[in-house]
Amino acid sequence: MIELKQLTKNYGKGTHMTTALSGLNLSVEKGEIFGVIGHSGAGKSTLIRCINLLERPTSGEVWVGGVDLTSLSTKSLQAERRKIGMIFQHFNLLSSATVYDNIAFPLRLIHTSKSDIEQKVNELLALVGLEEHSDKYPAQLSGGQKQRVGIARALASEPEVLLCDEATSALDPQTTDSILKLLLDINKRFELTIVLITHEMHVIQRICDRVAVIHAGGIVEHGAVTDVFLKPKHPVTRDFIRGELDNSEIIREAMNVSSPISSRVMKVTFLGSKTYESILSKIVRETGVDFAILQGTISTIKDTPYGQLIVRFEGNPDDIVITKDRLIQQGLEVEVMG
Amino acid sequence: MGGLDFSLIDWKEIATAILDTLKMLGASAIFTFILGLPLGIILYLASRSSSRRVNSVYVVLSFVVNILRSVPFIILIVAMIPITREIVGVSFGVLGTIPPLVVGAAPFFARLVETSLSEVDRGVIEAAEGMGASTQQIILRVLLPEARPGLFAAMTITIITLVSYTAMSGQVGGGGLGDLAIRYGYFRYEKEVMIIAVVLIVILVQFLQMAGDRLVRHFTRK
Ligand SMILES: Nc1ncnc2c1ncn2[C@@H]1O[C@H](COP(=O)(O)OP(=O)(O)O)[C@@H](O)[C@H]1O
Ligand SMILES: [Mg+2]
Repeated sequence: MIELKQLTKNYGKGTHMTTALSGLNLSVEKGEIFGVIGHSGAGKSTLIRCINLLERPTSGEVWVGGVDLTSLSTKSLQAERRKIGMIFQHFNLLSSATVYDNIAFPLRLIHTSKSDIEQKVNELLALVGLEEHSDKYPAQLSGGQKQRVGIARALASEPEVLLCDEATSALDPQTTDSILKLLLDINKRFELTIVLITHEMHVIQRICDRVAVIHAGGIVEHGAVTDVFLKPKHPVTRDFIRGELDNSEIIREAMNVSSPISSRVMKVTFLGSKTYESILSKIVRETGVDFAILQGTISTIKDTPYGQLIVRFEGNPDDIVITKDRLIQQGLEVEVMG
Repeated sequence: MGGLDFSLIDWKEIATAILDTLKMLGASAIFTFILGLPLGIILYLASRSSSRRVNSVYVVLSFVVNILRSVPFIILIVAMIPITREIVGVSFGVLGTIPPLVVGAAPFFARLVETSLSEVDRGVIEAAEGMGASTQQIILRVLLPEARPGLFAAMTITIITLVSYTAMSGQVGGGGLGDLAIRYGYFRYEKEVMIIAVVLIVILVQFLQMAGDRLVRHFTRK
């Protein structure tokens, strides 16, 4: 659905030039929720603004729905942009227009008839749960309500793609959660492709199918959220995940415990339905190894449950190796940490 | 210096002066807004363009606007006499005052328009751009409605400036309340008429300011 090829964006000229994106490649499939995560200044906003050409890349191609947007005339670009909705961190609603008129805005741009506008806007008001607020002005709404208006406005022209630029970063945790739920709902209902950028891992974990990690204007790691989240490779990715699953401290302490018998610390990851099975206890009963759980997390990534345990196994070294092999046979991820 | 005697005042002359002032104000305000609004929009757009050629248009336009704004109004009236004659046929009286009033106030108003427009949140403009709005749609559906309170404030300031300009034009026989005040108060030293003229001008300015403030408040949504 979206294909960014060798995207480079420089701001300024000469000695004042900053390279926000350098030869970035990215591909987003139809109907998926794709997350881009990165620290402040990594180039996230530049990246997402290049997708609808609010920012024109210095070089590279931007393909959306089979069209290279960089090759279009102003007029055709305006037409293509109607197929791409966008929501913003600071909502960017017209302060002089009511909720109704804000949602109707994209429809009036294309001279939709009054009765069609009314039907569509009422539909959208119901979708985002703002029927009672239709005559209010943005200043009279809470942050979450403003973002709902933003979403309804973005959906009015029935786009194929929705771009979200830090859409929940200005909202409190509960409101963030309800907005993410709404995004997930419209993604399923309309098979809408969603690209969202964020600096918060929990946003990715909550609704994204795939994720890319951006750092210094390039993608350093990408893949299914379950893979990237549970087996991060790049230091920047680990950095983001540390907040959610912090192991380093515990492992260091576990290593310092002097044990009379041999012991190994391992990270065991359960994914999907295996999360709820008693695999670990069954296997140690067979192999006669003891274990202590140093840390454990059970949560979900989008709809996939996962568990991650940091376990110290104690016993005969050979038995510990057998235990590890059995766990892997059962389909768990095992990483020896010390 | 004796006391004031208001019994000898020719009220008909005052009524004519009021009417003349309102005519000058109305006509010059309308033309000032008609010319100044697009000029302000052009200034705004040109200042933001990424094209070098458009930017140089801005520099030139901005220079002309600054010059017109810095010429004292009295001098503008005199300097414009030939042009004024060309446009309205006469260079004095109510009609002859209108062209210099417009030329004096339109650049001033244009600058205020430019400032109001540049106060519109960039994010909102970008959102519209992202929805496929054309430049014309952005001007008509985003910039002007969002800047509306600022534009009404600009109109209020401009029209009050025009009141003081019309008063000045009295010096060259422009007619109206300013003319009356100067003719009686300054040349004939009849204070009564001057006082009444000044009071009427103050009332006019107060009224315009209040009406303007009300409009601004009515359209402010933040
Ligand atoms: N309009 C601009 N002019 C100059 N530099 C910019 C502009 N926008 C972004 N940058 C620079 O580009 C880099 C990436 O910025 P941005 O894409 O906003 O990052 P993020 O959204 O990840 O915080 C930063 O170094 C930033 O300073
Ligand atoms: Mg940003």
